[in-house]
Amino acid sequence: MDSNTSNISNSETRENTVLEAVELTRHYSVPQGILRKALTLKALRGVSFSLRPATTLALVGESGCGKSTLARLITLIEQPTSGELRIDGINTATARGAELKQCRSKVQIIFQDPYGSLNPRQKVGRALEEPLLVNTRQKKKERQQAARKMLALVGLQPEHYDRYPHMFSGGQRQRIAVARALMLQPEILVLDEPVSALDVSIQAQILNLLADIQQEYKLAYIFISHDLSVVQHIADEVMVMYLGSPVEIAERATLFSDPRHPYTRALLSATPVADPFHKKERIMLKGELPSPIAPPAGCAFHPRCPEVMDICRTDAPALRDIGSCRVACHLTADLSADDAD
Amino acid sequence: MKNNSLNKRRWRTFRKNKRGHYSLILFTLLFGVSLFAEVLSNDKPYLIQYQGSYYYPLFKAYPETVFGGDFATETDYRDPYILDILTGNGNKVYFPLNPYGYNSINFDLNQPVPSSPSRENYLGTDDRGRDVLARLIYGFRLSVLFGFALTLVGTILGILAGSIQGYFGGRTDLMFQRFIEIWGAMPELYLLIIFASIFKPSVLLLLILLSMFGWMGLSDYVRAEFLKGRNMEYVLAAKALGVGNLTIMYRHLLPNGMTPVITFLPFRMSGSILALTSLDFLGLGVPPSTPSLGELLAQGKANIDAWWLSLSTFVVLVGTLILLIFIGEALREAFDPRR
Repeated sequence: MDSNTSNISNSETRENTVLEAVELTRHYSVPQGILRKALTLKALRGVSFSLRPATTLALVGESGCGKSTLARLITLIEQPTSGELRIDGINTATARGAELKQCRSKVQIIFQDPYGSLNPRQKVGRALEEPLLVNTRQKKKERQQAARKMLALVGLQPEHYDRYPHMFSGGQRQRIAVARALMLQPEILVLDEPVSALDVSIQAQILNLLADIQQEYKLAYIFISHDLSVVQHIADEVMVMYLGSPVEIAERATLFSDPRHPYTRALLSATPVADPFHKKERIMLKGELPSPIAPPAGCAFHPRCPEVMDICRTDAPALRDIGSCRVACHLTADLSADDAD
Repeated sequence: MKNNSLNKRRWRTFRKNKRGHYSLILFTLLFGVSLFAEVLSNDKPYLIQYQGSYYYPLFKAYPETVFGGDFATETDYRDPYILDILTGNGNKVYFPLNPYGYNSINFDLNQPVPSSPSRENYLGTDDRGRDVLARLIYGFRLSVLFGFALTLVGTILGILAGSIQGYFGGRTDLMFQRFIEIWGAMPELYLLIIFASIFKPSVLLLLILLSMFGWMGLSDYVRAEFLKGRNMEYVLAAKALGVGNLTIMYRHLLPNGMTPVITFLPFRMSGSILALTSLDFLGLGVPPSTPSLGELLAQGKANIDAWWLSLSTFVVLVGTLILLIFIGEALREAFDPRR
């Protein structure tokens, strides 16, 4: 994992992408009874990013910032309200039939809770074969063989094929979930907090497994997490989200050493360090995450920002390239890409 | 679903409930025996030895002329003239244990109908001289078969309705729920009375009419299970894998939502049997001459002094319902998620 961070290039060489999101939005309607108009919950308010093959993009942000909504859009479980999502150059909004099926099989998801993500009534083998059953015309024997091979690949025994999910531990279940996601040989794996439900010792095992698989199959990961120490371990690039839109996108090293957005700084300062004598200044954010039904005017972060300016209350900052990273903040407005170079 | 330790555990819990377990055995036994009612209780002998050859009237119709009678129609083996031929002159005739069918009338009773229990009619006869025991055996079989059919149809409809509501949710759910409320408010009994006067009554018509209303209780439970299940992550994972809606419903949601369906089965069944009996009692059920417990009860009410009518029917009906309820209790215990 750490070896291939050095050859991560700058934002100029981005043509080689497996996934591209352009201004994705997702709104939910919240009914208020028959007499009142339904309110709109803006779970995602314009997210753009691109993902290169065999790299890991980490999504970071507190609960309710739209990470999981984004995961559902990328995996085509839900449709975006507006915006464009391209998987391997195919626009998913206009793709139909075989093309859509192809897109589906290229993106797979692994969920946080290994107890909820496996059907308790389905044998492990059948769960692994289901993707092949739906998407390919393989024969029963081929499917079984593929499933047993995949079990071995994720570190389980082939004889686990005939067992039910409740006979496995949390870590083993997560391995099964990984195996199921890999059955269609996807190019992108969305990992929705894949280790936060596991014991710390198991966490490391699963993270190493994921790293091995990434290297072997050249997979691109979208890694959703709120554990920054894990992100620091696994990510190539980090996208910090706040209230449904990205506030900072940067390479891992840049983000952790030189965070630009005040929200990123506050997040980083909240990461616990296993050193009782370590003293650092903790940036305490006041207030709570605003409601996505009525987001604040101007910069969504301004009610809680320690460095709030007048312009923040009226104008929403756009995501600007400032050389080392992309930030949506008025503080860095004078550092936009042309000046920095 | 073999090899499933959960189902094994449920079966163990079920068997631990002695009452329920024995009820299941007894009910299965009674129903199994009643399936062979034609052999147990019939006015046709199963074997006749006549002039050196063998005849099997139970399985084959022989005209009277075969046994030296006058008519070319099927033999009436309870006819004294025929019986005389078949028993005399070295001929032998073997009748089933209870030598009456559900519609065979005993014409040589020595008391007015309904006649009391005797050596000929073990449980007496009804007000048309038909053997009560025969009618009970056939009536029990019909009731249970009808109960099975009505439960099956109602369960399938309930699962369909509930799963569509629960899986798609939102507006579909809302509209369907309002429809169920309106449908459920229809006066079922009046509809049955009206239909009974328009159409020729038959078991099938009754089955259709009762099925139209019988699914509603169950659909609510299935709907709740599907509403709960549709946001489970394994369902989302299946969606991401490109599994279709119907397959997700059938393969992922239904197996996990079967608990209320299965635990309700015996209770639905006893309800179905009771519904049939009540309608028969009111004269709105199966066509006349069909053996039915409800019709026997009505006769018992009309001839209150003929205690053998009401008492024997009461015992059969209550016995059936109690067995089903005991089975249901044990099943519910076995499926209790707190265990």
